[in-house]
Amino acid sequence: MIELSHIEKRFGDAVILRDINLLLPERSVTALIGPSGGGKSTLLRCINLLEIPQAGRLRIGDESIDFAEGRKIGWKDIRRIRLQTGMVFQNFQLFPHRTAIQNVMEGLVTVLGWPEAKARARAMELLEKVDLAHKADAWPASLSGGQQQRVAIARALAPSPRVLLCDEPTSALDPELSQEVVDVLSALAREGTTMVMATHDIRLASRIADQVVFLEAGRVVETGRGADIFSHAAEERTRRFVASIHAAGGASAG
Amino acid sequence: MPHWLQLMIDSLPTLLLAGLTFTIPLTLISFVLGLALGLVTAIARLFGPAPLVAVARFYVWIIRGTPLLVQLFVIFYGLPSIGILLDAFPAALIGFTLNIGAYSSEIIRAVISSVPRGQWEAAYSIGMTWRQAMTRTILPQAARVAVPPLSNTFISLVKDTSLAAAITVPELFQSAQRIVATTYEPLILYIEAALIYLAMSSVLSALQVRLEARFARYGGMLEANR
Ligand SMILES: Nc1ncnc2c1ncn2[C@@H]1O[C@H](COP(=O)(O)OP(=O)(O)O)[C@@H](O)[C@H]1O
Ligand SMILES: [Mg+2]
Repeated sequence: MIELSHIEKRFGDAVILRDINLLLPERSVTALIGPSGGGKSTLLRCINLLEIPQAGRLRIGDESIDFAEGRKIGWKDIRRIRLQTGMVFQNFQLFPHRTAIQNVMEGLVTVLGWPEAKARARAMELLEKVDLAHKADAWPASLSGGQQQRVAIARALAPSPRVLLCDEPTSALDPELSQEVVDVLSALAREGTTMVMATHDIRLASRIADQVVFLEAGRVVETGRGADIFSHAAEERTRRFVASIHAAGGASAG
Repeated sequence: MPHWLQLMIDSLPTLLLAGLTFTIPLTLISFVLGLALGLVTAIARLFGPAPLVAVARFYVWIIRGTPLLVQLFVIFYGLPSIGILLDAFPAALIGFTLNIGAYSSEIIRAVISSVPRGQWEAAYSIGMTWRQAMTRTILPQAARVAVPPLSNTFISLVKDTSLAAAITVPELFQSAQRIVATTYEPLILYIEAALIYLAMSSVLSALQVRLEARFARYGGMLEANR
């Protein structure tokens, strides 16, 4: 279980996230939706501590951490939390100087200190899972966007994190290419991977999200089941936002 | 055999020996040390606390803003006045190292900054420390971009070592000057010295091409990462 309590994040004077309270059950998929600049990426980045919140408490499984104004969070705490998470970025961010399989192995070897052979076997397993075993030795630059994102998913999953954080995983992809990424993420969801993903892709959210969170101007406006949020949200603002992305064709960048 | 060719052949062993014992070691050692100094300086400027940034900037400002020949004179002829006596070769080594350190730090700073921020985040997201992210993710990508400008610096250095003649280092150019003093054939000897410098630069250019080809194997930088 992942729990965010009273999380607040500021950049200087600008409050980006205010009093965020969320419960993400184990083996569930949560979609974060909302207008650009609403704080979706920042929220994801607060979960793996790429950003350190100014207040609140974060719990991932057995690990928890409290934030307070002026309290410096040390590397040991960051590492303890971060190793529970894996992250998938909008622009993939594969390491261009490493082959597909080296990308997946990197964390296992460098961070967890696994022996090369064991890491290679685990990486191969994951590449098979995302259907890219045949591209194991390819350089990222030679892969399509969809393939790169699937390698990135395998890289994020390599150390078996408790939660997979996805920041608009399909936004940089054409519809055909995003389909293969949606398929991979759906399969992971069916297997019970705990996921939180920011997305504008209604097709993705409605297909795999158990829970949808509508975030606007740093606040959670509404939380509900996907079917409810997308067809009859309780809040007027949520309904307007859903209507606007439907009008835009269901998928757009942001 | 024409006289000029005979003279060139006769002086070749002396010139080559000077190149082998002074020019090449001076070039290689000061380049390697200078790169290390440049890396430290670049990292200090990019990531260090304010006082360290100031020291690094001051160092680069002084070295880039004054002539190399004057720097060599200060080190070799000037420092003895305050009790620091150096042999010619170490004095030259220090001068060239400081020089390479300053110029390469600017190059290294630029190429480190050119690696997209998302690469740091990707490295951090899999749990890497700053040092692991730097050495395993950022520097390898920066190195690739750095090959052409650092090669330029290296080739300039080979030629600039001739300035060490002015502080009595018996390197290639000074050997040529000595032979001229006894043979009175400046044109022939200086052209011969020039040809040897040309040969050394050409070898380095060829190495640069091979290095670039090696880095090119992983294709273009990912557009999407920009
Ligand atoms: N490093 C930063 N410094 C200052 N402001 C930031 C930073 N990162 C994000 N922001 C601001 O935080 C707000 C939320 O951004 P973000 O989390 O990226 O929203 P979303 O992902 O929903 O589009 C935006 O107004 C953005 O300008
Ligand atoms: Mg975003």
